[in-house]
Amino acid sequence: MSPLTGIWRSLDHLERPGDGSEEMQHREFPEGASELSDEWSRRQFLKIMCASIALAGTTGCTRQPLERIVPYVRQPEEVIPGRPLYFASALTLCGFARGVLVETHEGRPTKIEGNPGHPASLGASDAFMQAELLTLYDAERSQAVIHESQVSTWDLLLGELAGAAKKWQGNGGAGLRLLTRHETSPTILDQIARLLVKYPRAKWHEYDPLATELAAPRYHLDKAEVIVSLGADFLSAGPASLKHAHDFTLARQPKSTMNRLYVVEATPTLTGAMADHRLVMRPDDLEDFARTLESGTGSKVAALIAADLHEHAGRSLVIAGECESAVVRDAARRLNQTLQNVGATVDYPAAGRNSARNLQELVTDAHAGEIDTLVIIGGNPNYDAPADFEFGTLLPKIASTIHLGLYRNETGVACRWHIPEAHELESWSDAAAFEGSATIIQPVIEPLFAGRSRHELLAALLEEPFSSSYEIVRAFWQKRHAAPDFEQFWRKALHEGVIEDRSAAAPASSPPPNPPPPRSAGLHLLIRPSAQMLDGKFSNNAWLQEFPEPMTKMVWDNAALINPATASRLKLENGEVVDLKFRGRSVRAPIWILPGQAEDCVTINIGYGRTSSGSIGNGVGFNANTLRLSDAMWGGSGLEIGKTGKHHDLVTTQQHWEMEGRDQVRVGTFAEFQRRPDAIAKSAELPPRKDETLYPNVPDNGRAWGMAIDLNTCIGCGACTVACQAENNIPVVGKEQVGRGREMHWIRIDRYYEGDPANPAIFHQPVPCMHCENAPCELVCPVAATVHSSEGLNQMIYNRCVGTRYCSNNCPYKVRRFNFLEYDENHFEKPPTRKLMRNPNVTVRSRGVMEKCTYCIQRISAVKIEAEKANRLIRDGEILPACAQACPAGAIVFGDINDPVSHVSRLKASPLNYGLLAELNTRPRTSYLAKLRNPNPELEQI
Amino acid sequence: MNENLHGIMAEFREPEQLLNAVRAAYEVGYRKMDAYSPYVVEGVAEALGFKKTRLPLLVLLGGIAGAVTAYAMQWYSAVIDYPLNVGGRPLHSWPAFVPITFELTVLFAALAGAIGMLALNGLPKLHHPVFNAPQFKRASQTRFFLCIESDDHNFRLDEVRDFLQSRNPISVTEVEK
Amino acid sequence: MNAEVEEPLVASGYDSASVTQKITDIVLKCPLQRGWLGGFAFAFILLMLFNFAIAWVLSKGVGIWGVNIPVAWGFAIVNFVWWIGIGHAGTFISAILLLLHQDWRTSINRFAEAMTLFALACAGLFPLLHLGRPWVFYWLLPYPDTMDLWPQWRSALVWDVFAVGTYLTVSIIFWYIGLIPDLATMRDRAERKPVQLIYGVLSLGWRGSARHWKRFHMTYLLLAGLATPLVLSVHSVVSTDFATAIVPGWHSTIFPPYFVAGAIFSGFAMVLTLAIPIRKFYNLQDFITIRHLDNSAKVMLATALMVSYGYISEGFMSWYSDDKFEIYMTLNRMFGPYAPAYWLLIFCNVIVPQALWFKRIRTNPAALFIIALLVNVGMWTERYVIVITSLHRDFMPSAWGIFHGTRWDWMTLIGSFGLFATLFFLFLRVLPSISISEMRDLVHKKSESSK
Repeated sequence: MSPLTGIWRSLDHLERPGDGSEEMQHREFPEGASELSDEWSRRQFLKIMCASIALAGTTGCTRQPLERIVPYVRQPEEVIPGRPLYFASALTLCGFARGVLVETHEGRPTKIEGNPGHPASLGASDAFMQAELLTLYDAERSQAVIHESQVSTWDLLLGELAGAAKKWQGNGGAGLRLLTRHETSPTILDQIARLLVKYPRAKWHEYDPLATELAAPRYHLDKAEVIVSLGADFLSAGPASLKHAHDFTLARQPKSTMNRLYVVEATPTLTGAMADHRLVMRPDDLEDFARTLESGTGSKVAALIAADLHEHAGRSLVIAGECESAVVRDAARRLNQTLQNVGATVDYPAAGRNSARNLQELVTDAHAGEIDTLVIIGGNPNYDAPADFEFGTLLPKIASTIHLGLYRNETGVACRWHIPEAHELESWSDAAAFEGSATIIQPVIEPLFAGRSRHELLAALLEEPFSSSYEIVRAFWQKRHAAPDFEQFWRKALHEGVIEDRSAAAPASSPPPNPPPPRSAGLHLLIRPSAQMLDGKFSNNAWLQEFPEPMTKMVWDNAALINPATASRLKLENGEVVDLKFRGRSVRAPIWILPGQAEDCVTINIGYGRTSSGSIGNGVGFNANTLRLSDAMWGGSGLEIGKTGKHHDLVTTQQHWEMEGRDQVRVGTFAEFQRRPDAIAKSAELPPRKDETLYPNVPDNGRAWGMAIDLNTCIGCGACTVACQAENNIPVVGKEQVGRGREMHWIRIDRYYEGDPANPAIFHQPVPCMHCENAPCELVCPVAATVHSSEGLNQMIYNRCVGTRYCSNNCPYKVRRFNFLEYDENHFEKPPTRKLMRNPNVTVRSRGVMEKCTYCIQRISAVKIEAEKANRLIRDGEILPACAQACPAGAIVFGDINDPVSHVSRLKASPLNYGLLAELNTRPRTSYLAKLRNPNPELEQI
Repeated sequence: MNENLHGIMAEFREPEQLLNAVRAAYEVGYRKMDAYSPYVVEGVAEALGFKKTRLPLLVLLGGIAGAVTAYAMQWYSAVIDYPLNVGGRPLHSWPAFVPITFELTVLFAALAGAIGMLALNGLPKLHHPVFNAPQFKRASQTRFFLCIESDDHNFRLDEVRDFLQSRNPISVTEVEK
Repeated sequence: MNAEVEEPLVASGYDSASVTQKITDIVLKCPLQRGWLGGFAFAFILLMLFNFAIAWVLSKGVGIWGVNIPVAWGFAIVNFVWWIGIGHAGTFISAILLLLHQDWRTSINRFAEAMTLFALACAGLFPLLHLGRPWVFYWLLPYPDTMDLWPQWRSALVWDVFAVGTYLTVSIIFWYIGLIPDLATMRDRAERKPVQLIYGVLSLGWRGSARHWKRFHMTYLLLAGLATPLVLSVHSVVSTDFATAIVPGWHSTIFPPYFVAGAIFSGFAMVLTLAIPIRKFYNLQDFITIRHLDNSAKVMLATALMVSYGYISEGFMSWYSDDKFEIYMTLNRMFGPYAPAYWLLIFCNVIVPQALWFKRIRTNPAALFIIALLVNVGMWTERYVIVITSLHRDFMPSAWGIFHGTRWDWMTLIGSFGLFATLFFLFLRVLPSISISEMRDLVHKKSESSK
């Protein structure tokens, strides 16, 4: 502006026209004024405080959305205080819907469960689904529209878009680019389609770091008797994993037959741990193996497996991992065809229609300067795009960049505009499940931080008169389901949480298939998603940061996983920091030696090393994406390791991984089971009989709660651990405290190795409180703070506990957890939003108090009260502890062991049933079913 | 005769002297008298006509009281007042009740002994006429005293003084009340 | 002990007058020496350190210590057991040796009893600090509370409360009763009025009447009779904290006797640790003679052998039991992560005391002093090994862990020395550190026998 027009504040200002009066608007202090600039700045502080005050208010009133949403069980004519309501909704994983039921107390979501009616969850959940709750309440989610790193408003953005729109109408939207994650939401796809119609020259790009195959084959594991996994972790990874685990379990029951699982992989996965035969090999060897499997010639092992497959033609299944090269995937497809499995155990959907272009194009165009407006909807390409795209240097080249996201992450920081996105539980939307059925995502709480939905942003781009997400979604479905009974359809859809409507089938765009890695000796790099952080989406989620990685049991870190032999050859040890050099790029990572890892293979997990994640995720671990290249998304050969002489402390929740010749986990083969069923679970030392005592036994007539955990079906995913944490208000304690052995999880998953470290047998064993009838812990408590209930629960009375910790010493299972410090006041539990999230039916424990698994006594009481009011008996299976409810494999069964026909009593009657350390005469109420393997006898002989 | 007289006190150097003096005094027929010494002198108490003490009985009673209290408390609270199923053990887990019973037995017995001793000795009694004798300071250090009290039925001032003088003491003094 | 070949219990040339004077003068006459002041100042600084450590643990929680799951018990319990053990020698000397007519106990029983009390004062603090919620420690006591709850009588910790409580009370009574005649002496020897008044009140007006002496002695013997089973019971009960638990390495029937022996062992070590400097500093060599040291050394040797037997039988039993957990525990103790601690305790408690077979060593104060110190260290380490190594690897390998004391753990341990020393220094200044009346008795008997 010229000095004569416009406002001028000083001569000095006149001297230097253009000195940002606009900049000044948002500057807090004049240039040079001392500004508080620690990472916890005053502004941030105020933001949090405002949020907290606002939220503190909400504890009183309920934040039901204005629109009518329909509860799963009964209509909320009014919220009855103390009575939870359940709403059917969905959460997306890699864009795919997984149906959930959200428990809300007085309008506050307090727990997420799988929706039994939804094909992708079947009532089960995994750690991610459980932990979404914490993300919802994360006070560090972005809370304001940011423009040029100054607080701005939604209307200002609309203004700017309106300006741009004029230009686009002229040039047909040239230079307008849309970058989304994989979108399955019918409404979103419709909006985008309309946008592309409106601006024909605009382009839509899709990028998902996990590159989930949208047209993924659909497996029917329950029908498969012989399964060969070529590097596929189908049981625990991907949007269909819950369904897979469920189906696999069905065929895993030791009846007349039991399925057989071969897994060929380079780095141990939960699926590999379940395998009857686990073959360890490098990815390039795996390709050869796939070929020999097809030809049936070559290695004897491959031949035998091929023979087994052919024996079970039509009842077998070959699954290729998504991280494997096209060679492997095509081989798998051909095998299934030759085995007539297609249509029986696997369906290959026709490659769907999807107009999205990939990131590559976007990058080239950007460098060519063809882009002036880039709208990034969700996602974090600046962090997770392949390193060779140099996304960071690319963004500044674009005149206008707009980012919509839950967090102001690496991308949000780099974009000119950042808009806080509403969480899936905060806004209306819809999404399709992996097999096509759609779900209406209904919000269960008003946006906590005034977030905007993707629909609203797209509507703004479409210049449609403002309408809420609710109107947009409903309008779409009205169009889709134009029928007089729409209202019923709508209510039913909301109520059931799933729409049987294949027309919503997920559009498909196969990711660029990995080129076959060039053969070369030397180390091979494997890049894999993290079981905790996924692709970094969850890195500010303390539950998942402290969720023990199923294989390493590591928390608060990622590491370069390496095989023991290779480690000793390279003289590397745990925690040693090395330079990983891969095709001209390098990253520093601590070493972790992992049995069962393929030789000369180094696995690193993405999702760590965030810089703009929030106070929890920032600086945790290293960023594996720095080695991720567009032509080697899942790694490749040619890795070099350089020593740095530095050390980094890695923390695990389990230090000792041998069973020391003890029989915590009892294993047998299916053949043995058929011969002598009772031999497998029998221990060397038999537990004393019930009458072998000087004392009279305590009469246990009436109800007697007990639990049976089936090691044969448990896949060790750890969903139970996080579910328990959510249900029971279990605090996060942080890396330092875990390092001192003070993690608080009430149910842990022990992982044991057996045999050759190069390829050991891997066992998982969930360990909650055993609720011993002769509880050693109770006997030693000086103040009767832990005693037995009439129904056989080993109860912990927090407000009576003085904290002698004697009970923990005397607990042979070490399942008791102690509040060594005031954990409820630590960095992770302090934020006021966390208080909103607490389960009101579970006491928050104070410092100095012992705690442990209660069999979810609050749920037991709730059901008992209902039953007494209805004057009826409690139905078997009516009471579901959080762990049992979450378990995708149905491995945890709870019920009344005095009721001979209850599911749990039937399991306990099984010859495979055994009590952990029962020889100590503790009489545990929690018992285990021995694990069975179904190895190929001929293969055994090799 | 001086109404305010507590008695006449002789001071000796050797414990044997005291012992003989007491024996003699007892033969002469004095009863109301007491001997004082820096440490116990065998036989003096008996010579003074001291019968055996009831302390052991007291201690025994104390012990019994302790035992009963302890066991009753545990049994009542664990079986009657607040029965709880603790580790599947019977409410009346008598073996577990033994240690506390024992401890309280000892405690009560010890208290009975200590308090009983003081009571029977009439202690604490911060003042006593014998302290009026200036040389009595040494009763707690080196000297041995015999004091024949004025309320003895055959107390004659001169006789007593002569008698005590005859035991060749270091000194003989009248002790005021 | 045949007195003719033995050294005398009191150097010749003492009568009751000089004995009295020599002992009372330490308190009444001799001025503040630099040595005492220095020692006291140092002790006091440690005491302040103790207060600091306690304040911090009370405000933050036991999380500032190294304790964790599985090792939920740490220094607090180790220190507790160690101090209790030390607290045993006093009553042992004054009660049991009295009943056994061991005259030589006379000149050391007073400060041995004082030592007992101060050790108990330290010991008593640790269980409280150990609690997660120390402010409700009184829930371990039986009282009709609003929750109508009682202590859980089956728990060894409740037994502890009663055992230690009783022991403390009885020790105080025993000590005080023994003090009364001496307090009277102090009263009569004090020049200044206020001093006379204080001692006068404390002595309850004792006047040494023959009848009083009679009852006094009767009580003293009865108390000794009661204290004898008590002193044996206390550490037995403490040992049940471990023995009644199912933890391998704790669950052992040998614990009670083995703990008692250990207690007397460490107790005598502490007696020597204190006696040797005191007799030098206040030149009491004439009262605390070489023979006292010699006898204490013999007791140490005997108890050392008992303790060694305990170690051996522990090892044997775990092998003989053929219990995989027991066997693993024993091997883990010897060769596991805490092996150094184990071998240190073997060295201090088994090897070193063997030197006491030789009279030359038993009669050499310097050597004895060093051995006593080593034994103190050894006994602390023993408790450390019992508590930590048993817990850190028990039944479930998946739950195995490791324990390291933090700086706060060490501060609390060292600080407790401060409390102990401060009390002891004060005791030396205000009370006769040797029983005057008994010494007079002794001197008299001696002159009798010499006649």
